[in-house]
Amino acid sequence: MAKTAVKTRTVAMTGNAGCALAMKQINPDVVAAYPITPQTTIVEEFANYVANGQVDTEYVNVESEHSAMSACIGASAAGARVMTTTSSQGLALMWEELSIASAMRLPIVMHNVNRALSGPINIHCDHSDSMGARDMGWVQLFSENAQEAYDNTIIAMRVAEHEDVLLPVMILHDGFITSHAIDRFDILGDDEVKSFVGEYIPKRTLLDVDDPATFGPFAMPAFYYEQRKALRVALDGAKDVVIKVSKEYGELTGRMYGLFEEYKLDDAELGIIVLGSTAGTAKYVVDRMRVEGVKVGLLKPRLFRPFPSAEIADALSHLKAVAVMDRSDSIGALGGPVYVEVKAALYNSSKRPAVQGYVYGLGGRDTGPDQIETVINDIKKVAGGEEAPRETVTLIGVKE
Amino acid sequence: MKWDIKDVESWGWQKHPIGATIPEGGNADYYKTGGWRTQRPVWDEKKCTDCLLCWINCPDSSVRVAGEKFANFDYDHCKGCGICAKICTPKAIAMRDEGGEE
Repeated sequence: MAKTAVKTRTVAMTGNAGCALAMKQINPDVVAAYPITPQTTIVEEFANYVANGQVDTEYVNVESEHSAMSACIGASAAGARVMTTTSSQGLALMWEELSIASAMRLPIVMHNVNRALSGPINIHCDHSDSMGARDMGWVQLFSENAQEAYDNTIIAMRVAEHEDVLLPVMILHDGFITSHAIDRFDILGDDEVKSFVGEYIPKRTLLDVDDPATFGPFAMPAFYYEQRKALRVALDGAKDVVIKVSKEYGELTGRMYGLFEEYKLDDAELGIIVLGSTAGTAKYVVDRMRVEGVKVGLLKPRLFRPFPSAEIADALSHLKAVAVMDRSDSIGALGGPVYVEVKAALYNSSKRPAVQGYVYGLGGRDTGPDQIETVINDIKKVAGGEEAPRETVTLIGVKE
Repeated sequence: MKWDIKDVESWGWQKHPIGATIPEGGNADYYKTGGWRTQRPVWDEKKCTDCLLCWINCPDSSVRVAGEKFANFDYDHCKGCGICAKICTPKAIAMRDEGGEE
């Protein structure tokens, strides 16, 4: 454990309880949320904090996620520090508000506990909900476990409200796997979180009667395009702010986060790319196969939007073959969203590995070490020149 | 007007306020929606009783009132919907085609 600047406390909690605790420590002005499995325990726990007077938050009970995000947009435009949380169908119901929140440049922080999108209806983990929202102009931070979900919540607030960003941030963790399993992790004290996130002083507010402003106006063809460019530039710029804030958080806690995590990748010939909780399983498989002499390493993306293309292309440049595992399928495309991004990131590099795409674990299908080992053995054949990389995605763990 | 938007249509993306915020309120006034009109309301002073039902019902605040009496129409913003003519009990407002002969 690295030396930390503050005293941390180790707790045993579910990932969702950790997220609710981080929200309590941030003490946002407004939370408008609607319960949905597997996010429910976050709002439930947070509602307890409100009822017990442990936060100053105005907690808005809404009738749907459409209303939840609408209330968040109004509150954020009014200058409040705003948080919310959802999953799957709830995120889908927020759809039109998601891109309004980003276009209005409102620093709302939201947990989306990853759950498969209907249909068929399913409550278990995959990333189809938040991957579907990847073009909505939100910063997206994925978490492997409860520790990262807790840490990302605190980091996200600072990133969202940073004057160079002013964008909503979505924090993702895996439904049931991270959300409901009790995990051991370290937390900060309330005061440390309070001083880390600081006070939010909005530069614009809808409620300033002395200096009135119009929020969310109509933009005709003469104006819309410029707003979208400004949004792209701001989202691209969020990358540097994520690095900066994460570094500052690392100095405080000893837990260092970058744009992605590289695990035994330096001297590897084979790479595996997977985000979320399965990255933990992948580390176990990497360790086991390293003992057998297989030079394999892992790259676990943390920041998915903005996608750090250049940095990932650089980190993969020395490899012979890479397997990209997606817990969602971009149906009709070449493969899953991470696969497509990684492949596009590498296309113009002169030094690049062969890439093969896999989809796994849809609708909560269990993904064990055996499946990951199969994938690594599969790309070993590509790296050795025995097989050409497959252009089409392979769905692993599905019954044929 | 608190900001100079004479050449706003030529502004680059960096010149616009963040999130398309407009640094003032009530700016719909600058948008002359009168051009949308195909029919204009015409007022007959002799028939008007100054009940001001037209003023109450106009969705675009385009009926001007002075001293609690009908004054005139704001043709810069009236879209010619005809609600005022429909609502007028003494039939003091008639709708006339735009662009035709007076």
